[in-house]
Amino acid sequence: MREIAFGQFYPGSSLLHKLDPRAKIIMLIAFIVLVFCTANYVSLAVVAASVLGIVLLSEVPLRMYFKSLKMIIVIVLITSALNLFYGTGEPIWQWGVLKITLSGINNAVFVSARIICLILISSVLTFTTSPNDLTDAIERLLKPLTVFHVKVHEIAMMMTIALRFVPLLLEETDKIMAAQKARGADMESGSLVQRIKALIPVLIPLFVSAFRRAYELAVAMECRCYQGGQGRTRMKILKLRKRDYLSCAVVIILIVGVVLCNVFLPQTVR
Amino acid sequence: MDFITAQNLVFRYIDEDEQVNTADVKNVLDDVSFTVKKGEFVALLGHNGSGKSTISKHLNAMLLPHSGKVYVNSIDTADEDEDFTVRRMVGLVLQNPDNQLVASVVEEDVAFGPENLGVEPQEIRVRVDNALKAVDMYEYRNQPPHKLSGGQKQRVAIAGIIAMEPSCVVLDEPTAMLDPKGREEVMSTIKKLNKEQGITVVLITHYMDEAVDADRVIVMDDGKVLTEGTPQQVFSQVELLKRHRLDVPQVTELCYKLKARGVDIDTLCLHSNECIEMLWEVLK
Amino acid sequence: MSTIKVENLCCTYGEKTPFEQHAVKNVSFEINRGDFVGLIGHTGSGKSTLVQMLNGLIKPTSGKVYVDDVDLWAKPKEIRKFRFKVGLVFQYPEYQLFEETVYKDIAFGPSNMGLSESEIKERVIKAAKFVGLKPELLNKSPFDLSGGEKRRAAIAGVIAMEPEVLILDEPTAGLDPVGRNVLLSQISQYQKAKNNTVILVSHSMEDVARVTNKVMVMNKGELAMYGNTQDVFAKSTELSKMGLRVPQITKVIDALRAKGIALPEGILTVDRAVCEITELLKKEGKM
Repeated sequence: MREIAFGQFYPGSSLLHKLDPRAKIIMLIAFIVLVFCTANYVSLAVVAASVLGIVLLSEVPLRMYFKSLKMIIVIVLITSALNLFYGTGEPIWQWGVLKITLSGINNAVFVSARIICLILISSVLTFTTSPNDLTDAIERLLKPLTVFHVKVHEIAMMMTIALRFVPLLLEETDKIMAAQKARGADMESGSLVQRIKALIPVLIPLFVSAFRRAYELAVAMECRCYQGGQGRTRMKILKLRKRDYLSCAVVIILIVGVVLCNVFLPQTVR
Repeated sequence: MDFITAQNLVFRYIDEDEQVNTADVKNVLDDVSFTVKKGEFVALLGHNGSGKSTISKHLNAMLLPHSGKVYVNSIDTADEDEDFTVRRMVGLVLQNPDNQLVASVVEEDVAFGPENLGVEPQEIRVRVDNALKAVDMYEYRNQPPHKLSGGQKQRVAIAGIIAMEPSCVVLDEPTAMLDPKGREEVMSTIKKLNKEQGITVVLITHYMDEAVDADRVIVMDDGKVLTEGTPQQVFSQVELLKRHRLDVPQVTELCYKLKARGVDIDTLCLHSNECIEMLWEVLK
Repeated sequence: MSTIKVENLCCTYGEKTPFEQHAVKNVSFEINRGDFVGLIGHTGSGKSTLVQMLNGLIKPTSGKVYVDDVDLWAKPKEIRKFRFKVGLVFQYPEYQLFEETVYKDIAFGPSNMGLSESEIKERVIKAAKFVGLKPELLNKSPFDLSGGEKRRAAIAGVIAMEPEVLILDEPTAGLDPVGRNVLLSQISQYQKAKNNTVILVSHSMEDVARVTNKVMVMNKGELAMYGNTQDVFAKSTELSKMGLRVPQITKVIDALRAKGIALPEGILTVDRAVCEITELLKKEGKM
């Protein structure tokens, strides 16, 4: 259980691990846009190749990427199947109401390639950036929103605390489950209703404990002079380095390239 | 010089929903007075429910007395504008190490206090490194807290307080949830901070063996100060302590019982080494 | 007759991964009916894994556990019935309380056994009495009890299943000296009254020395020592090598013995020490 929730970050020392998390988030957003901008096979190939290149650059074992792809493979299959049969134009093959057209094939290829690229590129971010750095970067990137009274600091603090306490509560769930099983609680058999009922002895103590922890944490934070984001400094200063600017430049060149491809070459999909 | 002065503290928890006659509500603290000198190591002893934990929260303005006063470095804790001044001077370490660590990386957690105080980033770095070195946890600075042992987590919690550079650290049963090894680690850290850095320590505990090394022991019972003095003076009152649900170290009890049987013993020992020496003199 | 027999028990976490960890390695022992066994060892020595294998919460990687000569895992579907035979009280058991009333919470175990209403009632009242919980508390919410009372209620919840073997993991953790002493004597009385097997997992050598007649020492997943309490604590040098400490009183007496004073070994309590020392002084005419 703990593996799924927090097995995302894969510590390493590749270039991608070293990049500033803010730069990585912005580049990810750029890539997401880019993936949707691909309009012909040339631009799709360029984007797909760069995504693969980045995946290799991350020095994260490929099986990690396959794992994250496995979870969405059904979605990819369904959407590409739908696209396959809903194309317009001359049918190449027809059986009853089902017909496959050239545009259908194109759509199916693009949709599945785009989804796969999206998953891979966002996995790169979560694999190469620790949750703490992510939270930190999000807080700093969203900072301008405080003008519109968005509680950026509070949101970031909530994320920090969640990161700290989720593993703790998962561990506690295991402990409480074991304790109730020791009193003969049966959680493995019975109908769905019975199983849900069997969770009550686990959920109530878990909630009680979560509230107790929250209260104690609040006291501890107040003891350490916490008073919200006002006047707070940070130990870690994020600084953009040459490599961050360079990678951003590469991404910009890529964007220009894709745009040029779209403009000067015929568009395969709209 | 008295760093902390508590005068005639009275405190009770009042349930605001219920209309109870205030005379029926038992006082958790009932006319408690004591002082703590700068650089002193004071142990506050008492059984569960004696009111000792309530005192800890009075020392850093987390709770205010219903009557009576607490002065920290001559500042009245009831002065709301000075809350954070008081909390910066008196750091409070709580019992459960899991529930007082905020960040999921050790060094970031230690930085939490100084960050709240608005300390400059470079200065925070220095303070965090020094604090972690002071509690011997520097090598673990990049670890997530849930991978550490109880004793290690509690030392990180202490470092988080030290990084705020307080004059005094109050520890509320810091070892109650730890195994013997963790207890030893935390206790030697506390003693080291007191001896080497001159930090005033108020240790709240019900483990008698943790109190024997204090400069002074204050014993609480039923919201009142029962007795006060050097460990030697306090633990000599074996009968009184036992009557009030407290214990004495095994060696002290041994000396006390031997003395009662008429063995020629003049002082009651607190440490095993003293006791071995003394019994050797008697038995050889 | 042995109630619990363990043969070549092993438990490995994360088998065939880089994180492979042998929590319990090749442990064998027998515990006789009516024994009060102390289980000591520092954190991470495999104590918790071991006790959870005794009631089938953790399935051993290899080896066998027999309760009353029946193999625990012969019929995996019926593993639940061994949880009633071997009652396990976890550390800080008060965090498992969940019912509306203390009565219902203590009744949780017995009702999982499928007992009749009247029998459940009888058992709840008996169990509450064993742990010294006042009858008027039974109708209160468990969350309104004091810390010590919660602990007692949780222990009663396991005792009410009337297990043949009762295992308690650090039952006195966090209690003050008097709370510890009272709870320990209640457990001890329970053990004597029922002549049941009790296993006490504890870090406190003083507690173990006070109530048990056998001690098991776990070290790095292995059973390092198993014998009569006095014999085990007589080996204080071996124990301290494993990072364990004998009671302070034993340490003092051992030091005196090493200096050549004719005191017997294995003195575990203050009262015994007082007797032996005064006797010695009388014998030598110094008193």
